[in-house]
Amino acid sequence: MNDPVFEVFRRERKGQPFEHAGSVVAPDADFAEAWAREQYGRRGESVALWLVPRDQIRDVEDWADEFDLKYRRVDGYSIKARLKEARERAGTAAGDS
Amino acid sequence: MAAVEIPHDEQAFLEYVQSGGQVESTDWLPDEYRRLLIKFIEMHGNSELMGVLPEREWILKAPTLQRKLALTAKVQDEVGHAQLIYRVAEDLGKPRAAMLEDLISGKAKFHNVFHYPTYTWGDVGVIAWLVDAAAIISQKALLKCSYAPYARIMKKICWEESFHILHGRDVILAMVTGTEEQFELVQEALDRWWGPLMQFHGNPIAAADDPMYKWRIKSQGNEDARQGFLDGYVPQILELGLELHDPKLRKRNDGVWEYTEPDWDELKHVVTGHGPKTQERLALRKRFLEQEQWVRDVVLAA
Repeated sequence: MNDPVFEVFRRERKGQPFEHAGSVVAPDADFAEAWAREQYGRRGESVALWLVPRDQIRDVEDWADEFDLKYRRVDGYSIKARLKEARERAGTAAGDS
Repeated sequence: MAAVEIPHDEQAFLEYVQSGGQVESTDWLPDEYRRLLIKFIEMHGNSELMGVLPEREWILKAPTLQRKLALTAKVQDEVGHAQLIYRVAEDLGKPRAAMLEDLISGKAKFHNVFHYPTYTWGDVGVIAWLVDAAAIISQKALLKCSYAPYARIMKKICWEESFHILHGRDVILAMVTGTEEQFELVQEALDRWWGPLMQFHGNPIAAADDPMYKWRIKSQGNEDARQGFLDGYVPQILELGLELHDPKLRKRNDGVWEYTEPDWDELKHVVTGHGPKTQERLALRKRFLEQEQWVRDVVLAA
């Protein structure tokens, strides 16, 4: 009797993204809906719910970076030392006058 | 951005959560962390489930229809919290049936304040206002729990608890603005509950020595929680003309509250199954668990 787990996502207000709220265990999707309505919607705290069988979720977590693509992102640039050097050279570093 | 790698090594994992990192149910978790999480979350779930029993007794005796409806809604909310919380513990590996079994056999614990009797409607007001206030201070600190699925359900729980506190405060305000007798009922209930309330956040173990803090399951130490409670609620109690009968209670110039040392022996005695109402309430829980076995059977057979 290993009932499937359904992940519950809820939308708090129209226009907002669905956010993961928790999970329910239920023999099928209809029961899962009943539990989820009761636990995540009975006080009007959600305008919509998504129920997703956990084993249907495709998990992507490994992010290979073999080619060192840091130059495409802000964390690929460390300008502090060079900026300091440039300011010193120009005589505009803080404290210089 | 590359995904943050959850360390697969106990020491590195510890440093990760101590620096504010959060983990998910699918991440690698050290055994010790998982064990402590289950213990903490299970006790929280038990407290929600047992916490409705003192209030449930008053649904039939509530003074007005409005109060009856509000109290029913609150009881429903708390049982709902137990459902959410048990689900998180279940996902960590302890089956729900085993948690309920450990609860009714007395092996698992629940919060001290739910082991005491209620005598008057004044007790119901004090529970809804101050017991919930003490609880929400602990629960708000769990919004930053290192275990993210627990932190997420706490958002919804805190949202509902804020209505409970207001409901409790409204009950208290109605009584303190009523007859002399009503005012007295509140004062007497407050006197009964002050001791257990001061014990509620636990002994003042240093945060650094508290394993639940070490793994950032809790984000504040016991004494910090108690100070937060005193700071927030003593002024609210006193402004109503109610009295707190602790001669040592005062706020120092540096902002720290002093108080008479709570009775830690009583706390230990009560939470280990020797509270005035412990056995009676566990027996009630057991009876309902057996009585409603058929519902679970029908659902699971579906």
